Amino acid sequence: MKPVYVDNNATTKVAPEIVEAMLPFYTEMYGNPSSMHTFGGQVASHIEKARKQVASLLGALPEEIIFTSCGTESDGAAIRSALHTQPTKNHIITTMVEHPAIKTLCETLSKHGFRITTVPVDNRGRLDMDFLTKNLTDDTAIVSVMWANNETGTIFPVEEIAELCSQKGILFHTDAVQAVGKIDMDLSKTKIDMLSLSGHKLHAPKGIGALYVRKGTKFTPFMIGGHQEKGKRAGTENVASIVALGRACDFARESMEKENTYVKMLRDKLETTLTTIIPKAVANGDLDNRLPNTSSISFEFIEGEAILLMMNELGICASSGSACTSGSLEPSHVLRAMGVPYTAAHGTIRFSLSIYNTEEEIDFIIEKLPPIIKRLRSISPYWDKSWDF
Amino acid sequence: MWDYTEKVKEHFLNPRNVGTIEDADGVGEVGSIACGDALKLTFKLDENKKIKDARFQTFGCASAIASSSALTEMIKGLTLDEAEKITNEDIADYLGGLPKEKIHCSVMGMEALEKAISSYRGTPEKIVEGIEVCHCFGVTDIEIEKAVKEHNLKTLDEVTGYLKAGGGCGNCHDEIQSIIDKFIDGPKKSAVKLSGMTTLQKIRLIEETLEKEIKPALLKDGGDIELVDVDGTTVFVRLQGSCATCSRSKITLKNHVEAKLREKVVHNLVVEEVVDEARIC
Repeated sequence: MKPVYVDNNATTKVAPEIVEAMLPFYTEMYGNPSSMHTFGGQVASHIEKARKQVASLLGALPEEIIFTSCGTESDGAAIRSALHTQPTKNHIITTMVEHPAIKTLCETLSKHGFRITTVPVDNRGRLDMDFLTKNLTDDTAIVSVMWANNETGTIFPVEEIAELCSQKGILFHTDAVQAVGKIDMDLSKTKIDMLSLSGHKLHAPKGIGALYVRKGTKFTPFMIGGHQEKGKRAGTENVASIVALGRACDFARESMEKENTYVKMLRDKLETTLTTIIPKAVANGDLDNRLPNTSSISFEFIEGEAILLMMNELGICASSGSACTSGSLEPSHVLRAMGVPYTAAHGTIRFSLSIYNTEEEIDFIIEKLPPIIKRLRSISPYWDKSWDF
Repeated sequence: MWDYTEKVKEHFLNPRNVGTIEDADGVGEVGSIACGDALKLTFKLDENKKIKDARFQTFGCASAIASSSALTEMIKGLTLDEAEKITNEDIADYLGGLPKEKIHCSVMGMEALEKAISSYRGTPEKIVEGIEVCHCFGVTDIEIEKAVKEHNLKTLDEVTGYLKAGGGCGNCHDEIQSIIDKFIDGPKKSAVKLSGMTTLQKIRLIEETLEKEIKPALLKDGGDIELVDVDGTTVFVRLQGSCATCSRSKITLKNHVEAKLREKVVHNLVVEEVVDEARIC
């Protein structure tokens, strides 16, 4: 059974042409780019090409790109650098809906004496900008706000926040892991100081990421050792994956329009149909201002893991807003921050599409999911039969 | 992805005995929608006082549905005396085992059965005793102690898997750990600890002192105080309301709060104010 894969915010299929681009670096071109000999040294030019490709997608300069191992590393490097380079500042502002890469880091930093302010969101997942503005102080070392939320796809006004921070001399970082490749960006026209991205969300393999650091920004490395990446990130380069990330950035630019038309059309069809034919099913997030591929739908009075497993039986791969599947027993912190009621939060499913999805797949989900919801509700003590469809 | 047995999957995909019995002899309801799982169990007895029919309704994950389905199959044909001997381990065994994070699903089954039997017999429901430790799932210290003792739980993860306690915000992890430590280290270490005060006892006494002796005075001035953490003899508190912004708060902290706690708890105790705003849970 070929899976119907609608979990692309978790990870994406590696594009066949990207796999192809990587292979020489696992076979004949295995040299170390730092070596003195031509055999190794020639590999370095491929890294520099990839750097240009990444920079080009972001509207950045090649020297502003540091290759890392993943989005989480990029996030950690950005925040820690901001604290190291400004030892007198003790305050970080972030949001209540960040990815664990930022959320857990900030919780840990708060135990080490840093003051953390988390900006709340409204019931559509929109940031409380007044709150954010009021909390910018002379003591604020960095503000970190994700570009787009991984669970609901809600897009945040990061360019506006970066501008605000810049006026006050505060560093601004954005975790753009979900946004890169889906939102057209030109960092040269913004005041964003640092930005994290991850390869495996844009059809490159897992284990490669990048951090953009604006030229002129003070930076101390997170990984210390050799002189790789001009001393900004030690460790022998993951050459094949760096090449893949470069290629993936070209690929993302080529497919960005398709993301915002074709993928969006499929997402809208899926969401509109499901929320129309299934009673007490509600789409979450800022519906008019979100990623084109993401839909978070709460099916009230049932639990997400049960829905996921029934879909799994049919080969449909999605993910649950309920954390039953991820270790914690509470519903997702994103949905709780939005004030989604418990009746709905536990039964939330996230669908995240990609250009590889077909309309037949969406029709398949539209056909198969309603009976699953109906079935689980017939078991639930909270479901009233008079609501049935 | 949970590692469910074939039997769990089978009971989840084809649950037996779904529904409610209208004129049931026994009804037991446990859990809540906020907790993420709930079970309503109903049964009917035959003329020989054996369970003739049992039905369930469950809101919850796959293993909660499978555990409920298994329970209804297991109790059919039993007398109430026989049925009440069924433990959560029996339910898990019937299903070929449950992942340790999901043991609480079988516990929910056992509790619903206990409640349903009590409702038939007209015996009062067991009152939950103790002080609430896990506020996310409403689990008390006595419940945790009982589970640790009776089921030989050795780690925080096991307690969470069994009772859900600690599965939410995580603020109670230290407290749960200290309850486990009381039992895991055997009688020797407990005896040594008990000669002084256990961490748990200390925390309780600090809480009690704050509640009864310190808060009332602060509340009068429009302020409030919250216990954040206890580390050895250092007590971390957060001042709230007018205290949080009062320039005299440091004096309040040392002269009033610390002095009182030293008097009631330990003489060398130190009070520290926490001023971070990072309360995520």
